[in-house]
Amino acid sequence: MHFDAVAETIRIEGTRILATLIRTVGDVQIAEDAVQEASLAALRAWPESGVPAEPRAWLTVTARRKAIDILRRERARVDKERQGSELLNLGSAVVEPDHVVQDDLLRLIFTCCHPTLAPATRVALALRTLCGLSPASIGAVMLTSEAATAKRLTRARAKIAAARIPYRVPAEAELADRLPAVCAVVHTLYTAGHAPADGESAYDLDLCTEAIRLAELLHALLPTQPMPAAVLSLLLLTEARRPARLDAAGDLVTLDHQDRSRWDAAAITRGITLLNDSLTRSNRQADPYQLQAAIAAEHARSPTYTTTDWPEILRLYTLLLTVAPTPAATLAHAVATAEAQDPAAALALLPQTPDARTRTIRAELLARLNRHDEAIQELTAALAEPATTAERRHRARRLAEFKAQRTT
Amino acid sequence: MAQYLALTYTPDVDWWAPEHADELAEYRRFGVEFAGQVTASAVLHPTPTATVVRVEGARGGQVVTTDGPYAETKEALTGYYLIEADDLEAAVAIAAQIPAAWNGAVEVRPVIVAK
Repeated sequence: MHFDAVAETIRIEGTRILATLIRTVGDVQIAEDAVQEASLAALRAWPESGVPAEPRAWLTVTARRKAIDILRRERARVDKERQGSELLNLGSAVVEPDHVVQDDLLRLIFTCCHPTLAPATRVALALRTLCGLSPASIGAVMLTSEAATAKRLTRARAKIAAARIPYRVPAEAELADRLPAVCAVVHTLYTAGHAPADGESAYDLDLCTEAIRLAELLHALLPTQPMPAAVLSLLLLTEARRPARLDAAGDLVTLDHQDRSRWDAAAITRGITLLNDSLTRSNRQADPYQLQAAIAAEHARSPTYTTTDWPEILRLYTLLLTVAPTPAATLAHAVATAEAQDPAAALALLPQTPDARTRTIRAELLARLNRHDEAIQELTAALAEPATTAERRHRARRLAEFKAQRTT
Repeated sequence: MAQYLALTYTPDVDWWAPEHADELAEYRRFGVEFAGQVTASAVLHPTPTATVVRVEGARGGQVVTTDGPYAETKEALTGYYLIEADDLEAAVAIAAQIPAAWNGAVEVRPVIVAK
Protein backbone atom coordinates (compact mmCIF):
# COMPACT_ATOMS: atom_id res chain seq x y z
CA MET A 1 0.00 0.00 0.00
CA HIS A 2 1.23 3.46 -0.89
CA PHE A 3 2.37 5.56 2.09
CA ASP A 4 -0.26 8.25 1.41
CA ALA A 5 -2.99 5.62 1.34
CA VAL A 6 -1.79 4.26 4.68
CA ALA A 7 -1.77 7.79 6.14
CA GLU A 8 -5.29 8.33 4.77
CA THR A 9 -6.59 5.11 6.37
CA ILE A 10 -5.07 6.19 9.67
CA ARG A 11 -6.68 9.65 9.46
CA ILE A 12 -10.16 8.32 8.68
CA GLU A 13 -10.09 5.52 11.25
CA GLY A 14 -8.50 7.85 13.81
CA THR A 15 -11.42 10.28 13.75
CA ARG A 16 -13.92 7.43 14.14
CA ILE A 17 -12.28 6.15 17.31
CA LEU A 18 -11.67 9.63 18.75
CA ALA A 19 -15.35 10.34 19.51
CA THR A 20 -15.67 7.23 21.66
CA LEU A 21 -12.32 7.79 23.33
CA ILE A 22 -13.34 11.34 24.35
CA ARG A 23 -16.43 9.92 26.08
CA THR A 24 -14.37 7.21 27.79
CA VAL A 25 -11.56 9.42 29.08
CA GLY A 26 -13.73 12.54 29.49
CA ASP A 27 -11.12 14.88 28.05
CA VAL A 28 -10.75 16.06 24.45
CA GLN A 29 -7.05 16.85 24.75
CA ILE A 30 -6.06 13.50 26.27
CA ALA A 31 -8.16 11.59 23.74
CA GLU A 32 -6.69 13.55 20.84
CA ASP A 33 -3.15 13.06 22.12
CA ALA A 34 -3.78 9.32 22.51
CA VAL A 35 -5.19 9.02 18.97
CA GLN A 36 -2.30 11.10 17.68
CA GLU A 37 0.25 8.82 19.35
CA ALA A 38 -1.53 5.72 18.06
CA SER A 39 -1.58 7.23 14.56
CA LEU A 40 2.15 7.90 14.71
CA ALA A 41 2.75 4.32 15.87
CA ALA A 42 0.69 3.09 12.91
CA LEU A 43 2.56 5.36 10.52
CA ARG A 44 5.80 3.83 11.71
CA ALA A 45 4.63 0.22 11.69
CA TRP A 46 2.18 -0.17 8.80
CA PRO A 47 4.31 0.82 5.82
CA GLU A 48 6.66 -2.03 6.77
CA SER A 49 4.38 -4.66 8.32
CA GLY A 50 1.40 -3.86 6.08
CA VAL A 51 -2.01 -2.51 7.14
CA PRO A 52 -3.61 -4.92 9.64
CA ALA A 53 -6.81 -6.75 8.64
CA GLU A 54 -8.77 -4.66 11.16
CA PRO A 55 -7.09 -1.24 11.12
CA ARG A 56 -9.76 0.33 13.34
CA ALA A 57 -9.37 -2.38 16.00
CA TRP A 58 -5.57 -1.97 15.91
CA LEU A 59 -5.84 1.81 16.29
CA THR A 60 -8.56 1.56 18.96
CA VAL A 61 -6.56 -0.77 21.16
CA THR A 62 -3.34 1.19 20.65
CA ALA A 63 -5.06 4.54 21.35
CA ARG A 64 -6.58 3.14 24.55
CA ARG A 65 -3.15 1.99 25.72
CA LYS A 66 -1.75 5.42 24.92
CA ALA A 67 -4.63 7.04 26.82
CA ILE A 68 -3.89 4.85 29.86
CA ASP A 69 -0.24 5.96 29.69
CA ILE A 70 -1.24 9.62 29.48
CA LEU A 71 -3.77 9.29 32.32
CA ARG A 72 -1.17 7.60 34.53
CA ARG A 73 1.34 10.35 33.77
CA GLU A 74 -1.30 13.01 34.48
CA ARG A 75 -2.38 11.34 37.67
CA ALA A 76 1.21 11.11 38.89
CA ARG A 77 1.72 14.76 38.04
CA VAL A 78 -1.38 16.41 39.50
CA ASP A 79 -2.78 13.54 41.53
CA LYS A 80 -6.01 13.61 39.56
CA GLU A 81 -8.73 11.44 41.00
CA ARG A 82 -10.13 9.25 38.33
CA GLN A 83 -12.42 6.27 38.42
CA GLY A 84 -10.58 2.97 38.51
CA SER A 85 -13.25 1.58 36.20
CA GLU A 86 -12.30 4.16 33.60
CA LEU A 87 -8.86 2.66 33.17
CA LEU A 88 -10.41 -0.79 33.29
CA ASN A 89 -12.71 0.12 30.39
CA LEU A 90 -9.78 1.43 28.43
CA GLY A 91 -7.98 -1.87 28.87
CA SER A 92 -10.71 -3.71 26.96
CA ALA A 93 -9.87 -4.98 23.49
CA VAL A 94 -13.52 -4.90 22.37
CA VAL A 95 -14.22 -2.47 19.53
CA GLU A 96 -17.48 -0.53 19.96
CA PRO A 97 -20.36 -1.46 17.62
CA ASP A 98 -21.29 1.02 14.88
CA HIS A 99 -24.36 2.43 16.65
CA VAL A 100 -22.27 3.35 19.71
CA VAL A 101 -19.71 5.04 17.49
CA GLN A 102 -22.55 6.88 15.73
CA ASP A 103 -23.97 8.16 19.03
CA ASP A 104 -20.51 9.25 20.10
CA LEU A 105 -20.00 11.09 16.83
CA LEU A 106 -23.28 12.91 17.40
CA ARG A 107 -22.21 13.81 20.95
CA LEU A 108 -18.92 15.02 19.60
CA ILE A 109 -20.55 17.15 16.93
CA PHE A 110 -22.94 18.79 19.42
CA THR A 111 -20.01 19.47 21.73
CA CYS A 112 -17.87 20.88 18.91
CA CYS A 113 -20.86 23.01 17.87
CA HIS A 114 -21.68 24.19 21.38
CA PRO A 115 -23.14 27.73 21.49
CA THR A 116 -20.65 28.73 24.19
CA LEU A 117 -17.87 28.36 21.60
CA ALA A 118 -17.26 30.98 18.90
CA PRO A 119 -18.62 29.97 15.43
CA ALA A 120 -15.17 29.79 13.85
CA THR A 121 -13.97 27.68 16.77
CA ARG A 122 -16.84 25.22 16.21
CA VAL A 123 -15.81 24.69 12.60
CA ALA A 124 -12.13 24.37 13.47
CA LEU A 125 -12.90 21.83 16.21
CA ALA A 126 -15.13 19.75 13.95
CA LEU A 127 -12.54 19.71 11.18
CA ARG A 128 -9.89 18.66 13.67
CA THR A 129 -11.81 16.10 15.71
CA LEU A 130 -14.45 14.82 13.26
CA CYS A 131 -12.32 14.86 10.12
CA GLY A 132 -8.79 14.62 11.45
CA LEU A 133 -7.55 17.55 9.36
CA SER A 134 -4.24 19.09 10.35
CA PRO A 135 -4.16 22.67 11.70
CA ALA A 136 -2.44 23.62 8.41
CA SER A 137 -5.33 22.21 6.31
CA ILE A 138 -7.91 23.79 8.62
CA GLY A 139 -6.09 27.11 8.28
CA ALA A 140 -6.32 26.75 4.51
CA VAL A 141 -10.05 25.92 4.63
CA MET A 142 -10.78 28.78 7.03
CA LEU A 143 -8.46 31.25 5.30
CA THR A 144 -6.25 31.72 8.35
CA SER A 145 -2.78 30.60 9.42
CA GLU A 146 -1.73 27.27 10.87
CA ALA A 147 -0.46 29.00 14.03
CA ALA A 148 -3.75 30.87 14.57
CA THR A 149 -5.69 27.62 14.07
CA ALA A 150 -3.49 25.72 16.51
CA LYS A 151 -3.95 28.44 19.11
CA ARG A 152 -7.72 28.45 18.56
CA LEU A 153 -7.89 24.67 18.99
CA THR A 154 -5.78 24.72 22.16
CA ARG A 155 -7.99 27.40 23.70
CA ALA A 156 -11.14 25.52 22.72
CA ARG A 157 -9.98 22.26 24.30
CA ALA A 158 -8.95 24.15 27.44
CA LYS A 159 -12.40 25.76 27.63
CA ILE A 160 -14.24 22.47 27.08
CA ALA A 161 -12.26 20.91 29.93
CA ALA A 162 -12.12 23.83 32.39
CA ALA A 163 -15.63 25.19 31.89
CA ARG A 164 -17.08 21.66 31.52
CA ILE A 165 -18.89 21.93 28.22
CA PRO A 166 -20.96 18.73 28.41
CA TYR A 167 -20.40 15.80 26.05
CA ARG A 168 -23.99 14.96 25.21
CA VAL A 169 -26.78 15.33 22.68
CA PRO A 170 -29.15 18.15 23.73
CA ALA A 171 -32.65 17.46 25.01
CA GLU A 172 -35.54 17.54 22.52
CA ALA A 173 -36.66 21.04 23.57
CA GLU A 174 -33.21 22.55 23.02
CA LEU A 175 -32.65 20.99 19.61
CA ALA A 176 -34.18 23.78 17.52
CA ASP A 177 -31.80 26.30 19.09
CA ARG A 178 -28.78 24.09 18.76
CA LEU A 179 -29.32 22.97 15.16
CA PRO A 180 -28.19 26.01 13.13
CA ALA A 181 -24.69 25.74 14.59
CA VAL A 182 -24.54 22.01 13.86
CA CYS A 183 -25.88 22.42 10.32
CA ALA A 184 -23.36 25.19 9.64
CA VAL A 185 -20.53 22.90 10.63
CA VAL A 186 -21.80 19.94 8.55
CA HIS A 187 -22.16 22.24 5.53
CA THR A 188 -18.66 23.65 6.05
CA LEU A 189 -17.23 20.13 6.28
CA TYR A 190 -18.83 19.25 2.96
CA THR A 191 -17.58 22.45 1.36
CA ALA A 192 -14.07 21.72 2.62
CA GLY A 193 -14.26 18.26 1.05
CA HIS A 194 -15.95 19.38 -2.16
CA ALA A 195 -13.58 22.27 -2.84
CA PRO A 196 -10.34 21.79 -0.91
CA ALA A 197 -7.97 24.74 -0.80
CA ASP A 198 -5.05 22.74 -2.17
CA GLY A 199 -3.66 19.23 -2.65
CA GLU A 200 -3.60 16.50 -5.27
CA SER A 201 -7.32 15.69 -5.26
CA ALA A 202 -9.99 17.93 -6.71
CA TYR A 203 -12.12 16.85 -3.78
CA ASP A 204 -11.75 14.91 -0.58
CA LEU A 205 -14.13 11.99 -1.06
CA ASP A 206 -13.92 10.92 2.56
CA LEU A 207 -14.67 14.41 3.85
CA CYS A 208 -17.69 14.63 1.50
CA THR A 209 -18.81 11.15 2.51
CA GLU A 210 -18.33 12.00 6.18
CA ALA A 211 -20.30 15.25 5.83
CA ILE A 212 -23.15 13.50 4.00
CA ARG A 213 -23.15 10.72 6.60
CA LEU A 214 -23.43 13.31 9.38
CA ALA A 215 -26.20 15.07 7.45
CA GLU A 216 -28.00 11.72 7.01
CA LEU A 217 -27.56 11.01 10.72
CA LEU A 218 -28.93 14.40 11.77
CA HIS A 219 -31.90 14.05 9.43
CA ALA A 220 -32.61 10.50 10.57
CA LEU A 221 -32.50 11.62 14.20
CA LEU A 222 -34.62 14.72 13.61
CA PRO A 223 -36.85 13.86 10.61
CA THR A 224 -39.39 16.60 11.41
CA GLN A 225 -36.82 19.42 11.60
CA PRO A 226 -36.64 21.36 8.31
CA MET A 227 -33.02 22.44 8.61
CA PRO A 228 -31.26 19.04 8.64
CA ALA A 229 -33.51 17.97 5.72
CA ALA A 230 -32.44 21.06 3.78
CA VAL A 231 -28.76 20.47 4.53
CA LEU A 232 -29.01 16.85 3.38
CA SER A 233 -30.90 17.97 0.28
CA LEU A 234 -28.23 20.54 -0.55
CA LEU A 235 -25.40 18.06 -0.04
CA LEU A 236 -27.08 15.37 -2.16
CA LEU A 237 -27.90 17.80 -4.98
CA THR A 238 -24.30 19.04 -5.01
CA GLU A 239 -22.86 15.56 -4.73
CA ALA A 240 -25.08 14.40 -7.62
CA ARG A 241 -23.10 16.57 -10.02
CA ARG A 242 -19.69 15.39 -8.84
CA PRO A 243 -19.23 12.54 -11.38
CA ALA A 244 -19.31 15.17 -14.16
CA ARG A 245 -16.95 17.61 -12.49
CA LEU A 246 -13.80 15.87 -13.76
CA ASP A 247 -13.20 14.43 -17.24
CA ALA A 248 -11.38 11.17 -18.03
CA ALA A 249 -8.03 12.97 -17.81
CA GLY A 250 -8.88 14.30 -14.33
CA ASP A 251 -9.36 17.84 -15.61
CA LEU A 252 -11.96 20.13 -14.11
CA VAL A 253 -15.14 20.52 -16.18
CA THR A 254 -17.09 23.71 -15.54
CA LEU A 255 -20.89 23.59 -15.24
CA ASP A 256 -21.45 24.84 -18.81
CA HIS A 257 -19.48 21.90 -20.28
CA GLN A 258 -20.58 19.10 -17.95
CA ASP A 259 -22.11 15.92 -19.38
CA ARG A 260 -25.42 16.05 -17.51
CA SER A 261 -26.14 12.40 -18.24
CA ARG A 262 -23.38 11.65 -15.72
CA TRP A 263 -25.26 13.41 -12.92
CA ASP A 264 -26.67 11.06 -10.29
CA ALA A 265 -30.41 11.06 -11.10
CA ALA A 266 -31.36 9.12 -7.94
CA ALA A 267 -29.54 11.60 -5.69
CA ILE A 268 -31.22 14.50 -7.51
CA THR A 269 -34.68 12.98 -7.04
CA ARG A 270 -34.02 12.39 -3.36
CA GLY A 271 -32.55 15.86 -2.92
CA ILE A 272 -35.59 17.53 -4.48
CA THR A 273 -37.97 15.41 -2.38
CA LEU A 274 -36.08 16.37 0.79
CA LEU A 275 -36.13 20.05 -0.21
CA ASN A 276 -39.89 20.01 -0.80
CA ASP A 277 -40.39 18.23 2.50
CA SER A 278 -38.20 20.76 4.28
CA LEU A 279 -40.03 23.72 2.72
CA THR A 280 -43.42 22.22 3.69
CA ARG A 281 -42.33 21.86 7.28
CA SER A 282 -40.94 25.36 7.73
CA ASN A 283 -43.29 28.24 8.35
CA ARG A 284 -40.64 30.94 8.49
CA GLN A 285 -38.44 32.72 6.00
CA ALA A 286 -36.40 30.25 3.94
CA ASP A 287 -33.14 29.32 5.64
CA PRO A 288 -29.77 29.48 3.82
CA TYR A 289 -29.72 25.71 3.17
CA GLN A 290 -33.19 25.71 1.65
CA LEU A 291 -32.17 28.56 -0.65
CA GLN A 292 -28.92 26.91 -1.70
CA ALA A 293 -30.69 23.58 -2.21
CA ALA A 294 -33.31 25.39 -4.32
CA ILE A 295 -30.50 26.83 -6.46
CA ALA A 296 -28.89 23.41 -6.82
CA ALA A 297 -32.34 21.99 -7.73
CA GLU A 298 -32.73 24.62 -10.48
CA HIS A 299 -29.45 23.46 -12.05
CA ALA A 300 -30.40 19.81 -11.58
CA ARG A 301 -33.79 20.30 -13.28
CA SER A 302 -32.33 21.96 -16.36
CA PRO A 303 -31.54 19.47 -19.17
CA THR A 304 -28.81 21.73 -20.62
CA TYR A 305 -26.75 24.72 -19.52
CA THR A 306 -28.49 27.02 -22.00
CA THR A 307 -31.94 26.16 -20.60
CA THR A 308 -30.90 27.18 -17.05
CA ASP A 309 -33.39 29.56 -15.44
CA TRP A 310 -30.79 32.21 -14.52
CA PRO A 311 -33.30 34.92 -13.50
CA GLU A 312 -34.76 32.48 -10.92
CA ILE A 313 -31.26 31.52 -9.74
CA LEU A 314 -30.32 35.19 -9.46
CA ARG A 315 -33.48 35.81 -7.43
CA LEU A 316 -32.57 32.96 -5.05
CA TYR A 317 -28.98 34.22 -4.65
CA THR A 318 -30.28 37.73 -3.92
CA LEU A 319 -32.48 36.22 -1.18
CA LEU A 320 -29.54 34.18 0.07
CA LEU A 321 -27.41 37.30 0.40
CA THR A 322 -30.06 38.86 2.63
CA VAL A 323 -30.12 35.89 5.06
CA ALA A 324 -26.51 34.68 4.80
CA PRO A 325 -24.10 37.14 3.17
CA THR A 326 -21.04 34.86 2.95
CA PRO A 327 -18.05 35.46 0.61
CA ALA A 328 -19.00 32.33 -1.37
CA ALA A 329 -22.59 33.58 -1.83
CA THR A 330 -21.28 36.97 -2.96
CA LEU A 331 -19.16 35.30 -5.66
CA ALA A 332 -21.96 32.99 -6.79
CA HIS A 333 -24.39 35.92 -6.90
CA ALA A 334 -21.96 37.77 -9.18
CA VAL A 335 -21.69 34.74 -11.49
CA ALA A 336 -25.50 34.45 -11.65
CA THR A 337 -25.67 38.17 -12.46
CA ALA A 338 -23.26 37.64 -15.35
CA GLU A 339 -25.54 34.93 -16.75
CA ALA A 340 -28.90 36.57 -16.06
CA GLN A 341 -27.77 40.10 -16.97
CA ASP A 342 -24.24 40.85 -18.22
CA PRO A 343 -20.56 40.42 -17.22
CA ALA A 344 -19.99 44.14 -16.62
CA ALA A 345 -22.74 44.25 -13.96
CA ALA A 346 -21.24 41.12 -12.37
CA LEU A 347 -17.75 42.64 -12.32
CA ALA A 348 -19.02 45.56 -10.26
CA LEU A 349 -20.42 43.11 -7.67
CA LEU A 350 -17.15 41.25 -7.05
CA PRO A 351 -15.39 42.08 -3.79
CA GLN A 352 -11.96 43.70 -3.89
CA THR A 353 -10.41 40.83 -1.90
CA PRO A 354 -7.41 39.39 -3.73
CA ASP A 355 -8.09 35.69 -3.06
CA ALA A 356 -7.61 33.17 -5.85
CA ARG A 357 -11.30 32.24 -6.32
CA THR A 358 -12.35 35.88 -6.70
CA ARG A 359 -9.46 36.50 -9.09
CA THR A 360 -10.40 33.47 -11.22
CA ILE A 361 -14.00 34.65 -11.55
CA ARG A 362 -12.89 38.22 -12.27
CA ALA A 363 -10.57 36.86 -14.99
CA GLU A 364 -13.47 34.99 -16.66
CA LEU A 365 -15.68 38.09 -16.59
CA LEU A 366 -12.89 40.32 -17.93
CA ALA A 367 -12.22 37.85 -20.75
CA ARG A 368 -15.90 37.93 -21.71
CA LEU A 369 -15.60 41.71 -21.95
CA ASN A 370 -12.55 41.22 -24.22
CA ARG A 371 -10.29 42.73 -21.55
CA HIS A 372 -7.76 39.91 -21.97
CA ASP A 373 -4.70 41.70 -20.57
CA GLU A 374 -6.44 42.27 -17.25
CA ALA A 375 -7.85 38.74 -17.28
CA ILE A 376 -4.34 37.33 -17.80
CA GLN A 377 -3.05 39.49 -14.93
CA GLU A 378 -5.79 38.24 -12.55
CA LEU A 379 -5.34 34.59 -13.48
CA THR A 380 -1.54 34.80 -13.17
CA ALA A 381 -2.00 36.16 -9.64
CA ALA A 382 -4.55 33.40 -8.88
CA LEU A 383 -2.08 30.75 -10.06
CA ALA A 384 0.42 31.92 -7.44
CA GLU A 385 -2.04 30.93 -4.67
CA PRO A 386 -2.52 27.41 -3.26
CA ALA A 387 -5.13 25.34 -5.11
CA THR A 388 -5.91 21.72 -5.92
CA THR A 389 -3.95 20.21 -8.81
CA ALA A 390 -7.07 20.04 -11.00
CA GLU A 391 -8.01 23.64 -10.22
CA ARG A 392 -4.45 24.75 -10.97
CA ARG A 393 -4.47 22.90 -14.33
CA HIS A 394 -7.83 24.44 -15.15
CA ARG A 395 -6.52 27.93 -14.42
CA ALA A 396 -3.34 27.31 -16.45
CA ARG A 397 -5.45 26.09 -19.40
CA ARG A 398 -7.72 29.14 -19.23
CA LEU A 399 -4.65 31.38 -18.98
CA ALA A 400 -3.28 29.84 -22.21
CA GLU A 401 -6.68 30.33 -23.89
CA PHE A 402 -6.85 33.97 -22.82
CA LYS A 403 -3.33 34.55 -24.15
CA ALA A 404 -4.31 32.95 -27.48
CA GLN A 405 -7.48 35.10 -27.64
CA ARG A 406 -5.44 38.22 -26.95
CA THR A 407 -3.13 37.65 -29.90
CA THR A 408 -5.93 36.88 -32.39
CA MET B 1 -19.94 19.40 40.62
CA ALA B 2 -18.04 22.45 39.35
CA GLN B 3 -17.87 26.03 40.54
CA TYR B 4 -18.48 29.05 38.38
CA LEU B 5 -18.19 32.72 39.17
CA ALA B 6 -20.98 34.72 37.55
CA LEU B 7 -19.84 38.33 37.27
CA THR B 8 -22.59 40.86 36.67
CA TYR B 9 -21.92 43.76 34.31
CA THR B 10 -24.66 46.40 34.46
CA PRO B 11 -25.13 50.15 34.51
CA ASP B 12 -23.09 51.53 37.37
CA VAL B 13 -25.75 52.55 39.90
CA ASP B 14 -26.28 52.88 43.62
CA TRP B 15 -28.41 49.80 44.28
CA TRP B 16 -29.70 51.25 47.55
CA ALA B 17 -31.15 54.34 45.87
CA PRO B 18 -34.98 54.21 46.02
CA GLU B 19 -35.35 54.09 42.22
CA HIS B 20 -33.50 50.74 42.11
CA ALA B 21 -35.52 49.11 44.89
CA ASP B 22 -37.62 47.02 42.47
CA GLU B 23 -34.57 45.77 40.59
CA LEU B 24 -32.76 44.95 43.82
CA ALA B 25 -35.81 42.96 44.88
CA GLU B 26 -35.49 40.95 41.64
CA TYR B 27 -31.91 40.08 42.56
CA ARG B 28 -33.07 39.05 46.03
CA ARG B 29 -35.72 36.79 44.51
CA PHE B 30 -33.02 35.20 42.31
CA GLY B 31 -30.89 34.68 45.44
CA VAL B 32 -33.75 32.98 47.26
CA GLU B 33 -34.77 30.80 44.30
CA PHE B 34 -31.22 29.57 43.66
CA ALA B 35 -30.05 29.50 47.29
CA GLY B 36 -29.12 25.84 46.82
CA GLN B 37 -26.70 26.54 43.99
CA VAL B 38 -25.37 29.98 44.97
CA THR B 39 -22.67 29.54 47.60
CA ALA B 40 -21.55 33.18 47.84
CA SER B 41 -22.56 36.51 46.39
CA ALA B 42 -21.90 40.20 46.72
CA VAL B 43 -23.20 43.45 45.38
CA LEU B 44 -20.63 46.20 44.92
CA HIS B 45 -20.73 49.92 45.61
CA PRO B 46 -20.59 51.99 42.38
CA THR B 47 -17.24 52.31 40.58
CA PRO B 48 -16.47 55.88 41.76
CA THR B 49 -15.77 54.22 45.11
CA ALA B 50 -13.15 51.96 43.51
CA THR B 51 -9.42 52.18 44.11
CA VAL B 52 -6.86 50.51 41.85
CA VAL B 53 -3.82 49.28 43.76
CA ARG B 54 -0.41 48.55 42.22
CA VAL B 55 2.97 47.88 43.76
CA GLU B 56 5.85 49.27 41.74
CA GLY B 57 8.65 46.95 40.70
CA ALA B 58 8.32 43.86 42.88
CA ARG B 59 6.87 42.78 46.20
CA GLY B 60 7.65 45.38 48.83
CA GLY B 61 7.80 48.19 46.27
CA GLN B 62 5.99 51.44 46.63
CA VAL B 63 2.22 51.14 46.80
CA VAL B 64 0.55 53.29 44.15
CA THR B 65 -3.19 53.83 44.28
CA THR B 66 -5.40 55.43 41.69
CA ASP B 67 -8.92 56.65 42.13
CA GLY B 68 -11.69 55.01 40.14
CA PRO B 69 -12.24 51.70 38.37
CA TYR B 70 -9.60 49.73 36.46
CA ALA B 71 -11.45 50.15 33.19
CA GLU B 72 -14.06 52.77 32.28
CA THR B 73 -16.84 50.95 30.47
CA LYS B 74 -20.52 51.50 29.83
CA GLU B 75 -21.35 48.45 31.89
CA ALA B 76 -19.38 48.03 35.09
CA LEU B 77 -18.65 45.05 37.29
CA THR B 78 -21.39 45.45 39.87
CA GLY B 79 -21.49 42.13 41.68
CA TYR B 80 -20.91 38.39 41.60
CA TYR B 81 -22.43 35.03 42.41
CA LEU B 82 -20.44 31.91 43.13
CA ILE B 83 -22.45 29.10 41.58
CA GLU B 84 -22.25 25.33 41.85
CA ALA B 85 -23.38 23.45 38.77
CA ASP B 86 -22.83 20.14 37.00
CA ASP B 87 -21.53 21.66 33.80
CA LEU B 88 -21.41 24.85 31.75
CA GLU B 89 -24.94 24.38 30.38
CA ALA B 90 -26.36 24.19 33.91
CA ALA B 91 -24.28 27.22 34.97
CA VAL B 92 -25.47 29.21 31.94
CA ALA B 93 -29.08 28.28 32.72
CA ILE B 94 -28.70 29.71 36.24
CA ALA B 95 -26.79 32.78 35.05
CA ALA B 96 -29.59 33.50 32.59
CA GLN B 97 -31.92 33.98 35.61
CA ILE B 98 -29.79 36.78 37.10
CA PRO B 99 -31.51 40.13 36.30
CA ALA B 100 -28.14 41.47 35.06
CA ALA B 101 -28.48 39.06 32.10
CA TRP B 102 -31.25 41.26 30.64
CA ASN B 103 -30.12 44.57 32.18
CA GLY B 104 -26.52 44.11 31.09
CA ALA B 105 -24.47 40.94 30.85
CA VAL B 106 -23.25 38.09 33.01
CA GLU B 107 -19.79 36.64 32.49
CA VAL B 108 -19.55 33.03 33.62
CA ARG B 109 -16.07 31.85 34.50
CA PRO B 110 -15.09 28.39 35.72
CA VAL B 111 -13.35 28.46 39.09
CA ILE B 112 -10.12 26.53 39.61
CA VAL B 113 -10.89 24.32 42.57
CA ALA B 114 -7.83 23.68 44.75
CA LYS B 115 -6.80 20.03 44.66
